[in-house]
Amino acid sequence: MSILQDLKPVLLSAINGQTLKPEQEKQFRILRREETNVPVIYIGAGTCGLGAGAGKTIDSAKQWLIDNEQKAEIVEVGCVGLCASEPLVDIQIPGFKRISFENVTSDKVEEILDSIFKLEVPNHNSLGQYEDTAGKTWENIPGINEHPFFAPQVRLVLKNCGLLNPVSIEEYIAGGGYRPFANLLETRKPSEMVEDVIKSGLRGRGGGGFLAGMKWKFAASETSDQKYLICNADEGDPGAFMDRAVIEGDPHRLLEGMAIAAYAIGATEAYIYIRAEYPLAIERLYAAIDQAIEYGLLGKNILGKGIDLNIKIKKGAGAFVCGEETALIHSIEGKRGMPKPRPPFPTSSGLFGKPTCINNVETLANIPGIFEKGSNWFSSIGTEKSKGTKVFALSGNIKRTGLVEIPMGTSMRDIIYNIAGGIPNKKKFKAVQIGGPSGGCLKEEDLDILVDYDSLIQAGAMMGSGGLVVMDEDTCMVDVARFFMDFIQRESCGKCIPCREGTRRMLEILDSITHRPAIDKENAALDRFKGVMQLEKLGKVIKDTSLCGLGKSAPNPVLSTLKQFREEYEEHIFNRHCPAGVCTELRTFEIDVDKCTGCTVCARKCPTEAIIGGKKTPHFILEDKCIGCGNCMDVCKFEAVHVKEVVKIK
Amino acid sequence: MELKEIVNPYKGKGKENLIPLLQDIQENLGYLSRESVSMASETLDMPTSKIYGVATFYNQFRFEPTGKFHIQVCRGTACHVLGSATVLKTLEKELKIKAGQTTRDALFSIEVVACIGACGLAPVININGTFHAKVTESSIGEIIEGYRQSLNPEE
Repeated sequence: MSILQDLKPVLLSAINGQTLKPEQEKQFRILRREETNVPVIYIGAGTCGLGAGAGKTIDSAKQWLIDNEQKAEIVEVGCVGLCASEPLVDIQIPGFKRISFENVTSDKVEEILDSIFKLEVPNHNSLGQYEDTAGKTWENIPGINEHPFFAPQVRLVLKNCGLLNPVSIEEYIAGGGYRPFANLLETRKPSEMVEDVIKSGLRGRGGGGFLAGMKWKFAASETSDQKYLICNADEGDPGAFMDRAVIEGDPHRLLEGMAIAAYAIGATEAYIYIRAEYPLAIERLYAAIDQAIEYGLLGKNILGKGIDLNIKIKKGAGAFVCGEETALIHSIEGKRGMPKPRPPFPTSSGLFGKPTCINNVETLANIPGIFEKGSNWFSSIGTEKSKGTKVFALSGNIKRTGLVEIPMGTSMRDIIYNIAGGIPNKKKFKAVQIGGPSGGCLKEEDLDILVDYDSLIQAGAMMGSGGLVVMDEDTCMVDVARFFMDFIQRESCGKCIPCREGTRRMLEILDSITHRPAIDKENAALDRFKGVMQLEKLGKVIKDTSLCGLGKSAPNPVLSTLKQFREEYEEHIFNRHCPAGVCTELRTFEIDVDKCTGCTVCARKCPTEAIIGGKKTPHFILEDKCIGCGNCMDVCKFEAVHVKEVVKIK
Repeated sequence: MELKEIVNPYKGKGKENLIPLLQDIQENLGYLSRESVSMASETLDMPTSKIYGVATFYNQFRFEPTGKFHIQVCRGTACHVLGSATVLKTLEKELKIKAGQTTRDALFSIEVVACIGACGLAPVININGTFHAKVTESSIGEIIEGYRQSLNPEE
């Protein structure tokens, strides 16, 4: 620690733009992890890494060092993005390039460390080497940037994620961090900074895609004794985890972005509203804030320039609607998180009635880069109306799940087939769901669209926060729509009627389509038939009349699947059959008379006594009583029970 | 920690501290008991009805104690696509309780959560803060048994 103490004045002078002496240059290169004096073992210990067993990997690595009397620094880094290959371990031996290994569970630690400390690369598990680090190249190991997962990426927000120690402000500063902020305090007026951000074309990464600079402008133009900046880290979209990864992997980037934003709009108090489900991210934020205060980059009289910024962390209490600006404000104020009509917009009357600017984590994390390299540089990346990069969370039925940052305008096909490696188990691609519960689905033929805010809306989906869930042929789209409607219906705050009642009604319709009623009433079949028409009509009403963004976008998953997969809905309604076999209640079974030995196991396991037949004689299923649970198929040892093919009515 | 100790630092503070206070109580007690809510109402000078109004709005707050091992089942999109519905069903069958309930021996409780943000490892369950990735119908039994064993290792 003493070395770092000595470094503090040097780091502070670096922030202020003073040139470094040669020996300090070397120190900085070590801090940037470009070279090293001691062996370093980096272990990806983000939430996904820990989930895959990184905790045990760390223990085994420590044990190995003790057993072999070796000395090495163990660094817990954030997530580099390749979740499918976690736990990821990088090793940097003095004089050699940093090399990365995948799937290093605790049992493989010994083997890998044994050989790498003998300067040999084990013949499996290696992922690639970092070519921009100093030292000799490992033979026969490709560069990590040639890996199909990393090659197309442009990492601005994720630049340090997985590479540097997230809770070391020294490493962040050595990489040029806080320099843009300090520089701005010297040279730019807040109003000029707002113009810079407008010029960069940065749009809000939280979903709506509103120009971030315009929001700043509105907040900056208000006069008030107190203004607030809020960072929205309430990442409630199921299927999205980019904010978590950014905070876990590089919290200082977010803090610097917030410091710049607060200075530009004139806020002295800032809040980070973060989900309580992200304990690790919260812990790292607290640590990072303390470090920044120690360096005089936050708190009172920042860098001696007479400005203050106090950042507080507010833990969300689990309500999806709190991602909506006005609901989020109510939640911070200690009330029920219900939205209110806009205008007045939060930028004029927000938290405690004061002007408040709310930006998403990824938006703010883009800010330091924009001021480091200029708004022209930023606007040169991306498409005409969507500038910069976007972080996407890839999950579902794909080979390489994880987090990628790509320039706007990359084709969806590229993302799914090149970066993510396509669909596993030789299954066929069916759809990709983008934008979470407010978004929609894209089919195979739409995959060539170039991803940006506007093209996605045109294709009937939405950028949302950037969760991409890929689904293969075994997914039932009606079931997916029902899943989202179930989610929205539970999360609807209940303030406005179209959302509260409408989503409930839509869920009921979808339920009647995907389930088999215990008693089929006279009108039930007719109601189901009307379902498709009603869904469309109801969806439109909810969209037009709901109060907030949650309600306005609530019908999207249903409307989008209805448009793209109408035949699947019809199959459910008219033939009472789920082509993907997901809606279990719609399955009917039959018993192959030739194969059935009459062992009676299925009859005994049937919860509704729907199977009849005597001992050693073939059994039969009574369709009226069958609930499609599939127990009989599971227990049959003779493969006599199978799902009945449905004769299609066309 | 005693309830009083938790509540004391919040005395005389503004009403915006209600949610952090409730979170603090739940973190220490595991749930919001009746007396803790009335204590909170005295501390922040708010009617208990208002406090219940806020607390019931948010998914995080519980009004009944959880089991020794609290199981959170992620029901995010990625987990759903990869079969979290079956995972939940199997868990409910295995422990003979429904989501939101606690077993009679107070060992296990199940909670359904929207998304834990570990979509790359779907389907995921989280038991007392430890993640279990890529859970399958068959691995659930082992996981639960492991926790049972951890209580009385001799058996």
